[in-house]
Amino acid sequence: MERIPVLRMGSLLLITIQVDMHDKLALQLQDDVTQRISDWGSTGVLIDISSLEIVDSFIGRMLANIAAMSRVLGAETVVVGMQPAVAITLVELGMSLPGVRTALSVEAGMELLYGAVAGLQSGSEDEPAQA
Amino acid sequence: MSELAEIIFRNEDQIRAEWIKDMGRSVQRTDLMSRAELDEQSSALLSAIVNGIKRSGPNDITTASWSGARELLAEISSSRARQGFSPAEVATFVLSLKQPLFSAIRKDLEKSQDKLFNVIWTATELLDKLALTTTESYMTAREELISRQQQELLELSTPVVKLWDGILALPIIGTLDSARTQVVMENLLQSIVATNSRYAIIDITGVPTVDTLVAQHLLKTITAARLMGAECIISGVRPQIAQTIVHLGINLEDVVTKAKLSDALALALQRSGRAVVRTAATQAGSGGLLSNREA
Repeated sequence: MERIPVLRMGSLLLITIQVDMHDKLALQLQDDVTQRISDWGSTGVLIDISSLEIVDSFIGRMLANIAAMSRVLGAETVVVGMQPAVAITLVELGMSLPGVRTALSVEAGMELLYGAVAGLQSGSEDEPAQA
Repeated sequence: MSELAEIIFRNEDQIRAEWIKDMGRSVQRTDLMSRAELDEQSSALLSAIVNGIKRSGPNDITTASWSGARELLAEISSSRARQGFSPAEVATFVLSLKQPLFSAIRKDLEKSQDKLFNVIWTATELLDKLALTTTESYMTAREELISRQQQELLELSTPVVKLWDGILALPIIGTLDSARTQVVMENLLQSIVATNSRYAIIDITGVPTVDTLVAQHLLKTITAARLMGAECIISGVRPQIAQTIVHLGINLEDVVTKAKLSDALALALQRSGRAVVRTAATQAGSGGLLSNREA
């Protein structure tokens, strides 16, 4: 069966979505991510959606769900590389993904996660208003 | 051949001369076009009308035989629309043919009242149709002009400026409606990707009023940028606009807002870990040059 790979990078999980997401795949991914976090004790999840060009409300909710589930399990989630068209679609659908952190590139996402995990940058990245 | 055609054909030169003479006195705008040009257009139009009547009669101007006259009228009215004539003036150009035409008809058919009435009626109908054609072409030309200008305005009015490495500015001039927001949003998001910028400053100094709709459009843009991993700062909030926002109860609490573009830039620099410091003023050239140093 088709499956989206969940890679382990130290204390982080790296997920790259390179195929069109359908609902079954999304549910499978939720299972996999939660399982891996608890197996490996990961503290951060990085989801790269730079190849994702079509998005619907289900995928939007799935991203929010994965972030929420990871938080319950003690891991931070960063979504990176969202395409402009995808961002506009999500906003028009009314899904602003309030609990999800975002970054422009995988590199920036890594930095954000390491910062958050190490608790070094949490002040400046989490609560910009106080910076 | 109908009687009208015969009459026009017989008296063509006289009608033309009278028409041009009349036009000089009445409505034509000598400030917008020359006399010679006007004469030329009148002659061409009259010939085209004669041609049309000769070939397919005066009743239906949508046939192929009339295409010469129709094209000529369309050309005349669209060029006049651009020159600044009013629609009434353009239509009067055609309608002013009535007087010389009617007097020619009257002279020809003095003896038969019935015939006179019939021919005049046909001529009136024909000229009215032609005048309506000019008005239609005039409107079309104007609409094309307006939509082209709108398009140009849209493209011109949404520049995305790179202020620093990783910091973009988007000065918005004019009111934000849905169509513009779409363009602004797309431009901004594309530029964020292209320049890999973490911070975007939206400057609303040039936005005359901010109501709930404009605020909603701004918030959409900011949310989309956040989804991509960029952070937006709104700058250029004027005192009146700050009051309006509070009175309308618009919630901008999740958005960083600053009064001046410079404040927003300073904040963006600070957040990206940069500082601007003053060094000793250089002697030559511009004194007090600020240099910067990455912190």
